[in-house]
Amino acid sequence: MNEFVERQIALEWREPKRSYDVVIVGGGGHGLATAYYLAARHGITNVAVVEAGYIGSGNSGRNTTIIRANYGIPEAIRFYQHSLDLYRTLEDELSCWMMFSTKGLIWMAHTETQMRAERARCLLNVACGAETIMITPQQAKELCPQLDLSGGGRYPVLGASYHPGAATARHDRVVWAYAQGAMRHGVDVVQNRKVTGLIRDGARVTGVETSAGPISAGVVLSAVGSNVSTMAAYADVRLPIRTHPLQAFVTNTYAQSFAPIVGDTELLCYVSQSARGEMVIGAEFDPQPSYSLRSSFNFLQSCAAKVTALLPFMRDLRILRQWAGICDISADFSPIMGGTGVDGFLVTTGWGTWGFKAIPAGGEQMAELIATGRIPALLEPFRLDRFAADHAMADQGSTGTH
Amino acid sequence: MLWISCPGCGRRPVEEFSFGGEPRSVPDRITDPDERDVDYAWMYDNVAGVTTERWFHRAGCRRWLTLRRDTTTDTVVD
Repeated sequence: MNEFVERQIALEWREPKRSYDVVIVGGGGHGLATAYYLAARHGITNVAVVEAGYIGSGNSGRNTTIIRANYGIPEAIRFYQHSLDLYRTLEDELSCWMMFSTKGLIWMAHTETQMRAERARCLLNVACGAETIMITPQQAKELCPQLDLSGGGRYPVLGASYHPGAATARHDRVVWAYAQGAMRHGVDVVQNRKVTGLIRDGARVTGVETSAGPISAGVVLSAVGSNVSTMAAYADVRLPIRTHPLQAFVTNTYAQSFAPIVGDTELLCYVSQSARGEMVIGAEFDPQPSYSLRSSFNFLQSCAAKVTALLPFMRDLRILRQWAGICDISADFSPIMGGTGVDGFLVTTGWGTWGFKAIPAGGEQMAELIATGRIPALLEPFRLDRFAADHAMADQGSTGTH
Repeated sequence: MLWISCPGCGRRPVEEFSFGGEPRSVPDRITDPDERDVDYAWMYDNVAGVTTERWFHRAGCRRWLTLRRDTTTDTVVD
């Protein structure tokens, strides 16, 4: 983070103490949001957030910034709709501009099978409080004039579901705003300090070992992203998580307005325009697990070929940047939040590919769990022990683009 | 980018292959039979380092092979 940003957003870096009520490992959106809500809503201010790199250096700064609630199972729709509602008032709450912009999401259907899937999505979304409607190809064209409804002759648009509440926000600013909000309430945020182990007293976790000495804690929350399996292993906790890379790229500036967000199951990509006018394209995660941040030309080539079939104007654009994030993806494609069976050690994980949109709700609900010791109703379905209880929350249909 | 040496077809790009997963191992410290079943069904080692995996040459000879891959660099190791 540079000096310009630090002047715009007042971040106060303090030397950490030796002991805290709550230590949160991982200074991404979820870790910082949990710290903010603990301090702001529950008066628990003796909190530290320990980050190995700089805040927002993981997937909070690598996602494609889409916020939506059109998921495929009732529990997830309610959770993400709550998160979307929190995002709508977040700029006021944190007194910080986050470039939040409601755009609407058009999710294309190219086959009868996809039409059925999108109709089912609409019905389930509406029943669970998220607004999603079916639209015709002509209505899609009105919302997004750049669409080629014939899909280059290969991907004809038969219809689409439209989720008008979908939005984008500037991901770095969300992270910084939560960090600022937490710091103002007295939370210590520590950068460049890697957690190298957990301190255990019998069966209980009582603190963290870091690269610059131990910090004791009443409760340790792992808000770690891709390396969560290593963190959990320090407490002998096994997680149903695998780490997969997800690639994205951005083009140079498109001089016209591209109003909505376009998602596509068949093409395995989603497209939106950044505030600077660049086109941001994200894809599905790579099939094999990997911790490598390298991006590949093969991905770029195949994704660009597909997306230009649907949006021919993008043929005239140039690739500005390509990158990868490594995502903690759970076995049932839903997040995992709450206790681990080890006293004093909680996790919020499984956020790979759908974590940014969940930052406010995830932080708020985890803070409530830590502060009250009771599992909030929105969190209850996403407990880790759902796997042992045979209540897996299979939701692959709405992750990324599947 | 990942290249894989197939015993039948030689060095081929990863796009021709399907990831077939790693052999599942349940830690010895888990002794309860039900807990072992849950671990076997759901939990992953998620190794950051060298792991042994099965791959299927889908767009080639359509045979399975076993290889060792370093997940931190996404490269095949001997």
